[in-house]
Amino acid sequence: MERVEFISEEEVLLHEDGTRTETMMLNMGPQHPATHGVLRIVLHLDGETVVKAVPYIGYLHRGIEKLCEHITYQQCLPYTDRMDYIASICNNIGYILAVEKLLGIEDEIPERAKTAEVILFELGRIESHLVGIGTNALDLGAMSAFLYCFKERERIYDILETVCGARLTTSYPRVGGLPLDLPDNFEEIVRSFLTIFPKTLNEVDSLLTRNKIWIDRTKGVAVISAEDAIDLGLTGPALRGSGVPYDVRKATPYLGYENYDFEVPVANEGDAYSRYLCRMEEMNQSLKIIDQALDNLPDGPFIADLPDIVLPEKELTYTKMESLIRHFVIVYEGFKPPAGEIQHAVENPKGELSYYLISDGSGKPYRMRVRGPSFVNMQALSQMVEGSLVADVIAAIGSLDIVLGEIDR
Amino acid sequence: MSFDVEQAVGSLQNEFPQNIVNIKEYRNETTILIDKESINKICNYLKHNLDFTFLADLTAVDYLEVKSPRYEVVYHIHRFGPDCEENVRIRLKTELTDSEPTIDSVVSIWSGADWLEREVYDMFGIKFIGHPDLRRILMPEDYEPFPLRKDFDVRNREASKKSFEKALEDGTD
Repeated sequence: MERVEFISEEEVLLHEDGTRTETMMLNMGPQHPATHGVLRIVLHLDGETVVKAVPYIGYLHRGIEKLCEHITYQQCLPYTDRMDYIASICNNIGYILAVEKLLGIEDEIPERAKTAEVILFELGRIESHLVGIGTNALDLGAMSAFLYCFKERERIYDILETVCGARLTTSYPRVGGLPLDLPDNFEEIVRSFLTIFPKTLNEVDSLLTRNKIWIDRTKGVAVISAEDAIDLGLTGPALRGSGVPYDVRKATPYLGYENYDFEVPVANEGDAYSRYLCRMEEMNQSLKIIDQALDNLPDGPFIADLPDIVLPEKELTYTKMESLIRHFVIVYEGFKPPAGEIQHAVENPKGELSYYLISDGSGKPYRMRVRGPSFVNMQALSQMVEGSLVADVIAAIGSLDIVLGEIDR
Repeated sequence: MSFDVEQAVGSLQNEFPQNIVNIKEYRNETTILIDKESINKICNYLKHNLDFTFLADLTAVDYLEVKSPRYEVVYHIHRFGPDCEENVRIRLKTELTDSEPTIDSVVSIWSGADWLEREVYDMFGIKFIGHPDLRRILMPEDYEPFPLRKDFDVRNREASKKSFEKALEDGTD
């Protein structure tokens, strides 16, 4: 039939004992509960063994890079939510930092805003790892771990809702700092999360880490060596699970990460279990960072004093002519970064997220390139699963922790 | 003594004086513009002699009506150093003309370039010579225009309509 022309011919395999078998094609996805979105993988199977796995992506392509060429820098922010929607706050902060670097105003950002962004960034990391571990466990049959993870994720959403009014698509900080000061009970609710969460983390740990079935399903599965991981450009837990301690927060610190005391967890086996261990330990480290940040959360201004870039206070816009004009100009024309190009990388929960921005001196980005960690990490899938069993494909996808919104952009 | 960007640039200038067109420094980032014939040679040297083992990003930019040659292919290349403590990143650029948007592939140097080059082909129509599997990656396979080119008309739905109708037709037999 014509419509399967994109799948190559079935192969005939000749085995050592002289028997001939044919490979079978299996379409996994695009609608499949364990592909974490709309991902299609064409599996060529010899019995239950995967001979070849070819991923097809693009089902969620919305052309965000193109869209952003037609709108002002501020208007791009909501689009960044829709990439890695599991940790949208991290994408937002990454984008804001890139624009601030393009404008050259990093030194003007008040400490209060930076510290708050660190707290929110690490909450985003915990949120993403909870989904990553929870769904990975769910795919492999461990329902209860998933429920524990999602219960805690709700608490983080509650915090985000208190801070910015949205749960999933946060669009939160602004270029220059925070749009509003943090709510009065911010410290209280984050502190209460810090006391509750370690208990759940322990529970998840005791449900999985020494669980025989979990170990059987993940240890030695989807292995990737350190050399291959670097060669393929993997980042995040996928790279650190193979023993390479690369973390953007340590490598090229942003938001003052050099002042926080934390470690970069590394595991050496390069299998799904190692990546799981990295994520678990990273959550502990994130808690440590949040704790330090809360201790040092300074009072004072929460947004930079940059009249050309930052909108005036709402109250002034309604009452003062000059503020209204300023508001109008910034909204209508956008602020204009000097012509030039920058790349800014942040350590997203899933790996290195970098924005490559080119300004031609106008109020709209001339080009915005997003290097999403999932897109690059996804390339490793074929290499990870070829030669293993069909059921391990599920474990591999789960352990890579991909999100299709970011792969397809 | 730790390795830094100046050392990398100095070493490249010594080794390839003819191939480097210019070097720019902006907001603490170094951009090296090289001619397109030497891309494989320089990338090989960077990876094997200077230990730039990590290709952080590969993308392209269309400068239609802004400058000529029209396209730029941009490589962000990273060196971890021992224990990932040095972290030197440089940006390589090459220019491609509108009449011949082709360049040698770097997949043989960093296999992670595979999908990144496919995406550039998909979005800009730039062909990578020597790429093992240069197909569209995000757009449908029978889609004709290249969306991230500046002369792509976002309001023109014809191409999407065509590939949607074809999919419908294929699905009804």
